[in-house]
Amino acid sequence: MNDRSATAVRPPARQFQEMSLFRYIAKHKMLYLLSVPGIVYFLVFKYIPMAGGVIAFQNYNIFKGITGSEWVGLEQFQRMFQYADFLRILKNTLLIAFYDLLFAFPAPIIAALLLNELRHVLYKRVVQTVIYMPHFLSWVIIGGISLAVLGIDQGLVNHFLDWLGFERLFFLGDAEYIRGVLVGAGVWRDTGWGTIIYLAAIAGINPDLYEAAEVDGANRWKQTLSITLPSMMPTIVILFLLQVGNFLDFGFERVFVFLNTLNISNGDILDTYIYRMGLLNQQFSYTTAVGMFKSVVGLLLLAVGNTISRKATGESLY
Amino acid sequence: MRKGTRGMRIFQAFNIVFLGLIGCITIIPVVNVWAKSFSGASAILYGKVFLWPSDFTLSNYEYVIHNDTIWRAFMISVFLASAGTLINLAMTSSLAYPLSRPEYRGSRVILLLILFTIIFSAPLIPVYLWNKQLHLLDTIWVLMIPGAISAFNFFVMRSFFQSLPSELIDSGRMDGCGEARILWSIVLPLTKPVMATMGLFYAVTHWNNYTSAVYFINNRALYPLQVKVQEIISNASVAMDEGASIDISQMTPEGIKMAVVLVSALPMIIVYPFLQRYFVKGLLIGSIKS
Repeated sequence: MNDRSATAVRPPARQFQEMSLFRYIAKHKMLYLLSVPGIVYFLVFKYIPMAGGVIAFQNYNIFKGITGSEWVGLEQFQRMFQYADFLRILKNTLLIAFYDLLFAFPAPIIAALLLNELRHVLYKRVVQTVIYMPHFLSWVIIGGISLAVLGIDQGLVNHFLDWLGFERLFFLGDAEYIRGVLVGAGVWRDTGWGTIIYLAAIAGINPDLYEAAEVDGANRWKQTLSITLPSMMPTIVILFLLQVGNFLDFGFERVFVFLNTLNISNGDILDTYIYRMGLLNQQFSYTTAVGMFKSVVGLLLLAVGNTISRKATGESLY
Repeated sequence: MRKGTRGMRIFQAFNIVFLGLIGCITIIPVVNVWAKSFSGASAILYGKVFLWPSDFTLSNYEYVIHNDTIWRAFMISVFLASAGTLINLAMTSSLAYPLSRPEYRGSRVILLLILFTIIFSAPLIPVYLWNKQLHLLDTIWVLMIPGAISAFNFFVMRSFFQSLPSELIDSGRMDGCGEARILWSIVLPLTKPVMATMGLFYAVTHWNNYTSAVYFINNRALYPLQVKVQEIISNASVAMDEGASIDISQMTPEGIKMAVVLVSALPMIIVYPFLQRYFVKGLLIGSIKS
């Protein structure tokens, strides 16, 4: 009975709503018109290519197009895990991401805590101005700078080693060093920049807390452990979750500019692999499958990390 | 409080030295590139150059200035950083403004659609094939149109528009202004600071853009500066010969590479003092929102 009366009442109401919605949009047509190009942009340049991801389930042929190509189900994904190449590159990607999490993630937290302890305001400003700077340099430029610092013939570090009487090290051309160089370059470029957000979190702490702690006899170290760090926790957790969500997205450019035939065995990651196999070797469906794998794993990591964090710390992205 | 004073002083001294060291590690490589770019080849190879040029020469810069392909790439990057940024600003603000207004019904769905593109992006190959179908491959447009709106910048800009006092807009309406009039004569004049910030964000991205040119540009005449620089750094002597109108047989590549790196970083280093102020502001607005 209730159901029927509900359906009996709804149509006129909905009709009325539709009418008013139409009139509403007409009334605010300027606003809606203005938003059209942007919405079209997101649909055309973000969502259509996402839908184009279906070629991961095909044997895509560029002359036949998506509609004419043969469907092969999960074959491309199975192929992925049969390739020794793919497994090696997945291992590289995971290792580099792990080192990045281990070194590049805590670096700005520590740097922000230390900066916060500087009493000399001018000195602090100078240090900050200097360490923010590399963030604005492109990876290509950083690759060039790395020649000046780490190059075998002309690099600063190697001249120093030479001077101390040690062997020169082939930092940029030895598979053994490439992961360290990749992560290290990231630490050099973005540690300073990363402190901004933590310093803002520290600046937002209520000074009364420190005063109270001082009355209780807590020294600076204890204050840092029991006031500063806990107050930074929400920011730390959120940035941690974002980094976990991007675990497989170390970045194409920052690896590609350092790769050469000598170090590619340890430096090749999924993004550079997709570029080489996909664009240069035209394995369209296979590399789309690799790309889908990467995106879906990222999404899952973000969701899992978010759930764990909400249970454990009460902080979450959504 | 007095108890920890001695320990505190030791820590303070250590902290000053340590952060100074970090600062040195950051700045020395850049200064070294500068010094090497003005140094003779043998001085570089024998390790005589640290923070000041040795065996001073301008020949590395002569090479750069007389190289047509580097100039061409430089001008393309200038074009991208100006025209591309204008497209970015027009597209981003024309979407961010309506979606910041409470009158815009249905904004929730659209915002979610935009947010989703941050956490899930299409794989490279479908993007490539779609650009190909749109006849964007190997045109200068592929470096401007597919990246016309950055979702992150969109959210920053939207939160700026939201922070405008609604009384301003209401008073405009009371005076009988239409939506267009409100936007043109009340809102737009107030957006100068956010436009400057976002403009810098986008211009830096364009200037440093390397990846999408590698993906989507094959025509060497359309290479932006970063791609050209990378070619020279990764040491194809072929790439160096190309477009050079002076004899480089007497030069070693090391100094040239350093000069090229410095020239491509120069605009960033010059605008850096301005950037720093704006970027810090923009980053903080963005982080508060997310």
